[in-house]
Amino acid sequence: MQDIAEQVLALASRSATWAEVYAASEEETPVTFKANRLHSVETREARGLALRIVVDGRIGFASSSQLEEPDLLVRDALATARFGPESALAYPTERVQDPGLDLYDGQVTALSIDAMVQMGQQMIDRVRTRGEDILCDADVRKVAASVLLLNSSGGQGSYRQTVVGLGLNANRVRGTDILDIWEEDASCHLGALDADAVVNAVLEKLDLAEELVPIRTASLPVIFTPKGAYMTLLAPLQAALNGKLVLQGASPLAGRLGDTVFDPAFSLFDDGRVPGHPTSAPMDGEGVPTRRTTLVEHGAVRAFYYDLQTAGLAGTESTGNGQRGLTSLPSPGTHALRIAPGTASYEAMLADVSEGLLVDQTMGAWAGNVLGGQFSGNVHLGFKIENGRLVGRVKDTMVAGNVFEALARLAGIGDQSYWVGGRAEIPYLYIPSLAVSAR
Amino acid sequence: MRDMVQDALRGHRADYVEIHIEEAETTAIRFRGRELEEVGRSRSLGGNVRALVRGGWGFASFNDVRDLRRYVELAVHQARLVPREPLTLAPAPVIEDVVRASARKDVRGIPVDDKVALLKEYNDILWASAPLQTTATRYNDLFRRSIFANSEGTYTEQEVLDLSAVLIAVARKDSEVEQAFLSVGSQGDLTVLDGRQAEVEAVARRAVELLSAPRIKGGTYTVIVDPKLAGVFVHEAFGHLSEADHVYENPRLRELMVLGRRFGGPLLNILDGAAVPGHRGSYAYDSEGMPAQRTYLIREGVLVGRLHSRETAGRMGEPPTANARSINYRYPPIVRMTNTYIEPGNTTFEQMLSGVDDGVYVKDSFGGQTSMEMFTFSAAEAFRIRKGRIEEPLRGVNLSGNVFQTLANIEAIGNDLQWSEGGGCGKGEQAPLPVAMGSPHLLIRDVVIGGG
Repeated sequence: MQDIAEQVLALASRSATWAEVYAASEEETPVTFKANRLHSVETREARGLALRIVVDGRIGFASSSQLEEPDLLVRDALATARFGPESALAYPTERVQDPGLDLYDGQVTALSIDAMVQMGQQMIDRVRTRGEDILCDADVRKVAASVLLLNSSGGQGSYRQTVVGLGLNANRVRGTDILDIWEEDASCHLGALDADAVVNAVLEKLDLAEELVPIRTASLPVIFTPKGAYMTLLAPLQAALNGKLVLQGASPLAGRLGDTVFDPAFSLFDDGRVPGHPTSAPMDGEGVPTRRTTLVEHGAVRAFYYDLQTAGLAGTESTGNGQRGLTSLPSPGTHALRIAPGTASYEAMLADVSEGLLVDQTMGAWAGNVLGGQFSGNVHLGFKIENGRLVGRVKDTMVAGNVFEALARLAGIGDQSYWVGGRAEIPYLYIPSLAVSAR
Repeated sequence: MRDMVQDALRGHRADYVEIHIEEAETTAIRFRGRELEEVGRSRSLGGNVRALVRGGWGFASFNDVRDLRRYVELAVHQARLVPREPLTLAPAPVIEDVVRASARKDVRGIPVDDKVALLKEYNDILWASAPLQTTATRYNDLFRRSIFANSEGTYTEQEVLDLSAVLIAVARKDSEVEQAFLSVGSQGDLTVLDGRQAEVEAVARRAVELLSAPRIKGGTYTVIVDPKLAGVFVHEAFGHLSEADHVYENPRLRELMVLGRRFGGPLLNILDGAAVPGHRGSYAYDSEGMPAQRTYLIREGVLVGRLHSRETAGRMGEPPTANARSINYRYPPIVRMTNTYIEPGNTTFEQMLSGVDDGVYVKDSFGGQTSMEMFTFSAAEAFRIRKGRIEEPLRGVNLSGNVFQTLANIEAIGNDLQWSEGGGCGKGEQAPLPVAMGSPHLLIRDVVIGGG
C-alpha cells in the first residue's frame, strides 16, 4: 500500500496545492451461529485508497478500491475539486508516533477458526442449560486492519490493529411473546475478551424475564443499565457535542460552552487513547493525534469535538476526531465516549425505587428528533421495579423524554462504569422521573 | 471475465458454488447550512465466492478479482468446517441473460456540477422559505454492474442504477431544536427531483411550526396513518417478520408464523416483490440469480407466504420468492424485502376521518425498528383529530406496538395507495439496502404512543 499511496500523492501533488492519501485494508473473519448451531464461516478482505486534495482553495475527493489505476483516482478528485467546498483545513505536518496504545495482538491473527467455533459453541451450550426453548444466535469475529496516511505537507502516520469480538443473542418464544436478549464484547486483545461475562449477563436477564408483569402509564423513576443508556441516551449527546452541529447552531448546546447544563455529578469524555481498545488509534482519519477530550465536566460543557475542516470554519483546532470511512470525507466522530462513574451502588439505586423501571434494551429511540435531544423508544428489554426489587419483565411499553432534561437532574450515577460492546464506557444512570407509556 | 469466472467454477468439490463480481461508481453530494460540504466520487471493484458443502456455508469477499480460484478454494474450505445436515437448495432455473439499466434522466449522463446546482437550488429554497437554524441536503447515486455465475450454469450480467436524496430543515428556538425532511429516491432517474419546490418549501415551514407545537401525552390512541408512515409500518412491523431466515430454524416462531394463521381483517392484503416494476426494490434477478417475483404475504387477512432465499425455501419446503439480496459484494446474500406494500381498500380518506372522534393523524417517519414481535417508528408530522376534523399539530410522536395486535386492529384501509422510495433498510450489518414501501391510508385502533 505504501508504494501506491506515495505514487498517488506524487501524482496528485502535480496539480493540487495540497493532497492527502488515506489507505486502509482489513481482513475480517466472522464465524456465525444460528439457532444454536454453526451456520457459516466467512472471510472478507477489503482495501482502498481515498484521495483528498485542495485546488484553488477548493476541496476535491475521490476513492477507489482499484489500486491499479492511480490516474483515475486523481482525475476523479480533480473533477470534484473544481466546484467543491472551500477549504478551511489546517494542514497536518506531524509524523504521528504510536504512544504505545497496544492495538495489535498476534494471538488474534493466529486465532484458528476451530478455536473461534469452540468459543461460540461454549457460550451457546452454557445458555442452553436454561431451557430447551432457548435458541441462541452468536458470532465470533476477528479483524486485522492497517491504516496509512500521507499528505503533501509532511503529515503522516500508520498503525495496525486487531479486533476480536463476541456477540450472543438468546431468543425465547412463548405464544406470541418473543424475548430477545443480547450481549457483546470486543477488544484488540484475545486475553481481554470476557466470554463468561457475556454469558452471565444473558443468563441473569433470562432468569429475570421469566415473569411478565404489567406496568402503568405514568411518570416513573427509571434506571438505565449501561447498555440501556448506550442505546437510548448516547446518540443525542453525541450529536449535541458534535462540532459541526454546534457550528451550524443545530445543537441545543451551541453557545453554551462553560454553562452548567447537566447534573453536577455528570462528566463525559471522548477518549481516543484507551490502551488495547478497538475505538483507539494513535491518529484520527486525517493524521491528527488522538487525545482524551473532556466534553462535560461536573455538569458544565467544556468542549465540542472537531475534525480539521469544521475546526477551521469554527476558528478552533481539531480535537483529533476526524473520523472517516474510505468512501467519504472525514467528519467529526467520537472514539469512545466515557461517562465518569458516580458514587451510588446499583443495589442502593434499586432499593431507592418504590415503583419504577429498569431499562436494558430499547428499540427505535434513535428514530425521533435526536437533534432536539428527544428520545422515545420501545422498551425492548425492561424490568419493573417494586419496593426496591425487580419483579418481572414489562412489554408493550415505551419510555420517552429529553436527554438534556433527564441528565440535568440525576438521582444517581453508578459507582462503576462498564464497557458496552467495547464502544462506550457507561455507569448505571438513575433518572428520577420519565414518561412511561404502557398499553 | 466470463471465461475466468466460469473456469473458476469448475472442479471445486462443493455441492454448490456461486461467484459475484461487481464494479460500482458512486457520486455523493452534501450541503450543510448554506454551504457545499462535500462532493465525492468513489469507484469499487470486488467480488465474492459463496460455497455450500453438506448444508454448511463458506464465504469469501475480496477486491483482487484476478485470482478467483484461490477464493473458491477458501470458501469451499470454510464451508467444510461447518457441519450441518445436507441441504437441497430450492430449485432455480438456469439462466443466461444480460440486463441493462436505463432511466429517463439517467444519473450517468448528467455532469456532477449540474447535480450540485440542482441540489443547491433546493437547499436555497429551504433557506428562503422559513427562518431556519440550518439545513442538510444529501444526495447519492450509484451505478453498478454485477456478474453472477453459479455451478448450476447460470450466468447473468445485471446493471443497477440507484438514487436517493434527502433535504432536512432544522429550526431552533433557545434550547429547542426541531427538524423536518423530504426524502426521495428512484432507480437512477433524476426526474424524481423535478418540480419539488412546493414540497421543499413546506418542509422548511414545518420545521419552524413544530417548535411551537404541543407535545403529545403518552398513551393509547386511535390513529390514522398516512401512506408514507403506513409503508414504514408494513415494512417494520410485518415485513421483517416475514423473512424466512428468522423463522426456519426456530420451531416456536414457525408455529407462530404458520401459513393459514389469521393476522387481520378480510380487507388486509400485504405483498412484496421485486417484479413490481419501477421502484427502488425492483430488479430482474436477485443475488442468487433467481428471477424476480411478486409474493402475497397476507391475503384477505390470512398469512399465505413469506420471503425466501433458496436456502430457506429449500429447508422449509416452500416455494422460493427471489428475496436473497446483499448490499454489495462484501456480504453474502440474505433474505430481504424489495417493494413491500399494502393493497388499497375501498375507504376514502374523508370517510376514515369522519369515523374518528378523538385520535391522531400521523404522517411520514424518521425511521423505525423491529424486534419481530414489537415495532416502533417515529412520526415526522402529527395532528390531533377531534370529531372528524384535523386540528392542531403535535410533536414528539413515536408509535409502538405489537404486530399481532396492531394488524388485527386495522379498522379501515384507504383507496389511495402511494409509494415511498426514500427508504434504506438495515438488517444485521447490511445497510442501507434500497427498498420501496407502499400503502394507502390506514385507520388503526389502540396504538401506544410514547409522549415526550
